[in-house]
Amino acid sequence: MNEAKIKHALGEKEMIRIEGMHKWYGEFHVLKDINLSVRQGERIVLCGPSGSGKSTTIRCINRLEEHQQGKIIVDDVELTSDLKHVEAIRREVGMVFQHFNLFPHLTVLENCTLAPLWVRKIPKREAEEVAMEYLNRVKIPEQAHKYPGQLSGGQQQRVAIARALCMKPKIMLFDEPTSALDPEMVKEVLDTMIGLAEDGMTMLCVTHEMGFARTVADRVIFMDKGEIVEMADPETFFSSPKSERTKLFLGQILNH
Amino acid sequence: MHTDPPKADAPRGSLLTDPKARAWTFQILSILVVIGVGWYLFHNTQQNLANRGITSGFAFLDNSAGFGILQSLIDYTERDSYGRVFVIGLLNTLLVSVLGIFFATVLGFLLGVARLSPNWLINKLATVYIETFRNIPPLLQIFFWYFAVLRAMPSPRQSYSFGDALFVNIRGVYLPAPEAAGGLVPFFVSLALVVVAWVVLARWARRRQEATGVRFPVIWANLALLLAVPLLVSLVFGKPFTWSLPELKGFNFVGGLAVIPELVAITFALSIYTAAFIAETVRSGILAVSHGQTEAARSLGLRPGLILRLVIIPQAMRVIIPPLTSQYLNLVKNSSLAAAIGYPDLVSLFAGTVLNQTGQAIETIAITMSVYLAISLSISLLMNWYNKRIALVER
Amino acid sequence: MSTHTFKPSLPPPVMSVGAMGWMRAHLFSNWFNSALTLLALYLVWITIPPIISWALINADWVGDNRDSCTSGGACWVFIKVRLSQFFYGFYPEELRWRVNLTVILAIVGAAPLFIKAMPRKLRYGAAYLLIYPVLAYWLLHGGILGMTLVETSKWGGLMLTLVIAVVGIAGAMPLGILLALGRRSDMPVVRVICVTFIEFWRGVPLITVLFMSSVMLPLFLPEEVNIDKLLRALIAVTLFEAAYVAEVVRGGMQAIPKGQYEAAGAMGLGYWRMMGLVILPQALKLVIPGIVNTFIALFKDTSLVIIIGLFDLFNSIHQATVDPAWLGFATEGYVFAALMFWIFCFSMSRYSMYLERKLDTGHKR
Repeated sequence: MNEAKIKHALGEKEMIRIEGMHKWYGEFHVLKDINLSVRQGERIVLCGPSGSGKSTTIRCINRLEEHQQGKIIVDDVELTSDLKHVEAIRREVGMVFQHFNLFPHLTVLENCTLAPLWVRKIPKREAEEVAMEYLNRVKIPEQAHKYPGQLSGGQQQRVAIARALCMKPKIMLFDEPTSALDPEMVKEVLDTMIGLAEDGMTMLCVTHEMGFARTVADRVIFMDKGEIVEMADPETFFSSPKSERTKLFLGQILNH
Repeated sequence: MHTDPPKADAPRGSLLTDPKARAWTFQILSILVVIGVGWYLFHNTQQNLANRGITSGFAFLDNSAGFGILQSLIDYTERDSYGRVFVIGLLNTLLVSVLGIFFATVLGFLLGVARLSPNWLINKLATVYIETFRNIPPLLQIFFWYFAVLRAMPSPRQSYSFGDALFVNIRGVYLPAPEAAGGLVPFFVSLALVVVAWVVLARWARRRQEATGVRFPVIWANLALLLAVPLLVSLVFGKPFTWSLPELKGFNFVGGLAVIPELVAITFALSIYTAAFIAETVRSGILAVSHGQTEAARSLGLRPGLILRLVIIPQAMRVIIPPLTSQYLNLVKNSSLAAAIGYPDLVSLFAGTVLNQTGQAIETIAITMSVYLAISLSISLLMNWYNKRIALVER
Repeated sequence: MSTHTFKPSLPPPVMSVGAMGWMRAHLFSNWFNSALTLLALYLVWITIPPIISWALINADWVGDNRDSCTSGGACWVFIKVRLSQFFYGFYPEELRWRVNLTVILAIVGAAPLFIKAMPRKLRYGAAYLLIYPVLAYWLLHGGILGMTLVETSKWGGLMLTLVIAVVGIAGAMPLGILLALGRRSDMPVVRVICVTFIEFWRGVPLITVLFMSSVMLPLFLPEEVNIDKLLRALIAVTLFEAAYVAEVVRGGMQAIPKGQYEAAGAMGLGYWRMMGLVILPQALKLVIPGIVNTFIALFKDTSLVIIIGLFDLFNSIHQATVDPAWLGFATEGYVFAALMFWIFCFSMSRYSMYLERKLDTGHKR
């Protein structure tokens, strides 16, 4: 992977602000006092052992999970149980899942145009043009009329990224986008994500691809037991982690 | 795949050791056995029929039946032929099946969705319903409704009355019936026009959405059309129907639509019984759509209603429809239980009364079974075709 | 380097747990759910109390004729008086120990098959399947070896229901397995014969099959052969069920990976050894839940023998409700019948679900 740092300027605007967020599953305290501020164009990588709450954290940002305490403000809109706010935020936040979650009954093109047609309410022709543009970007325009079941895992994940981009989101969330892929397909997906980063997209990625974190991230966050244990720029994070937990984790993950 | 592969160096064996020859021997033998058994049964039957003095053949279908029928969808008198009795039985079977399928589907889908409800109470009530009714034989349920409920109703003079329009008594259920009036023709014409308008409107709305992205509330517009146009037409041309209310005259009701208790009991029992199975089908169909699909649709900003319509239902229906059809088939077959309480369905009329009167056992049973076979086979062929058409494309 | 100190877990906010949180999440999460909850509560309120008061509080339990039923609730006296008939039909009272013994032998005999550690289960099972039916026939029917003959026309009630259901499934198993093998055979003639047989029985309602057995079977056989009503019904039920068992077994055989066939073929096993030693033992284990479900359906279907005038559990109860001495207690009769069927079917369906779960985990490993 290209080890040279991708240069870019951060915007002034604060896109996401999380203040004192807590979440419980029943009696179990899964997220403890999460505080985070993300500026426009900032790329953040979240890592940590499984069950540490990193996926839950980003899933709270578009309310696939509900937080019970604290504040989340996305693009100046506060997340409450008010459906209007939730919908407004989901329109601006794209998400890519570990298991792709493409709609198997729709073609690749239809997957990409579904939300623009029904949520953004743009004309079909226009939606298809936009979809083709993004399918070009993820380098699979020729698959537009196939069904997801006919594509490889890597291709499916790139379609999933294109599908999210078709809504022209301001923020992209990635929930372990490469963990369900065969090793030879990881690179094509990471390259797509790097491309996105180069265009200045605000990104939050839950991933264990530390090469990606080094190249792309502005900040790396290490979470454990539902807390943010450490948050630093990649150089500091990888060369001189402050906490023992981080070091242990890095040791385990980098020695593989 | 199942026969042994021939060994390269083995010499051609005898009939018993060479796999190919053995397969042929076996098949010829099995044909012979089938023919032998068939011939044996045929021979015995011939002899038995001759001894009893029964002539076989379908000529009896033209003979006059000479018995009355409780419920008939077409004109019938006792002088009509056994052939007509067959048609009446078939129509009555179809009537019960259609009614049963309709109510079972509505109830079953509601229960299936309730079974998945986050509402604990609704969920538990649906579970109790399903577990209760699917574990009680349908025949018992038919008997319960017929003997314990409907036969225990009061005489016509003491009927239970609902708003003086609907009456229930031991002779059945009496409903208001529509009767043609002056405005009937314009009414139906207007209905036909509304249907045409729906098609045009739906096309226009889809085109407009494709062109401009703006959605048109098709459902509401259609509903408004359906209500407003016939109403206006009937205001202009006069009422299409007058309602004929059942009325107590002497010892019985006249007017209205009389539904015999047998039909009510079977429709109730079969709908309630089959709905329990349909509910389970619906539930597992919806559960078969992974949670990830909902999450993906949500993260794209789709609203719950649209998620259901565009993502969940199209996928769930693929899973639901095959077992649903087999439930429908079961219901059609179970409608033959009607015979046990004397509802004049195909089995009760034809394999029952006609058989007893004519003694043509083989012909009547063969005709009856063929009807059910024809229904089952045609539906399964249709199903296979449908399954191939909608199968999700996989690598 | 510092050691991160984790914050202590806090209890969740009051609104999200405990009785309040549970109610909010499960009953009143939004206005629609609240409305549903209220509707459901109303439904429960108008149905459950009257049922309880009819069936329990206002019911009559003691006495021996209908005059004891005065309180306006359910008259369980009726059931109590007729209970032995519902269980044994007209089986002579002094010989009923034979029925009981048959049931006890069935349970005691089958019990070792459910013990995990039991050695030589297969051999024991085979022996049981060979010996028990003969023993049961001798006990129930008699007529040989010093047992008094009890005509099948005297059999009835729950006992007859069980006889039909058990004989039906036991007869249908071997036939169904053969049909399933035939349907998956390479030989086109065999396949066509089996498919025709299976689709024929699956396409017609059981009631027409019973009609057929009662009016056509006598025509099919030589005049001097006279088979009794019960046997006719048993033949009909067995043929009918065999088709359903065949489809269940075929499903199980399809689930066996192709590699198993290839491996067995590579070992040089012939067709019958391959099926008997490799494929069927695996397939049959897979289809036990399906077979149990078929049995449940059969158990419910036994009630149809009312059509040909056999007095199974359901018909015995139905006849009792039209007995002039007990007219007017149809509801009690049917409720009792429903309860009996429900107990059998529900417990079997739970057992089948349990097996399914057990098999499921077994496969994932």
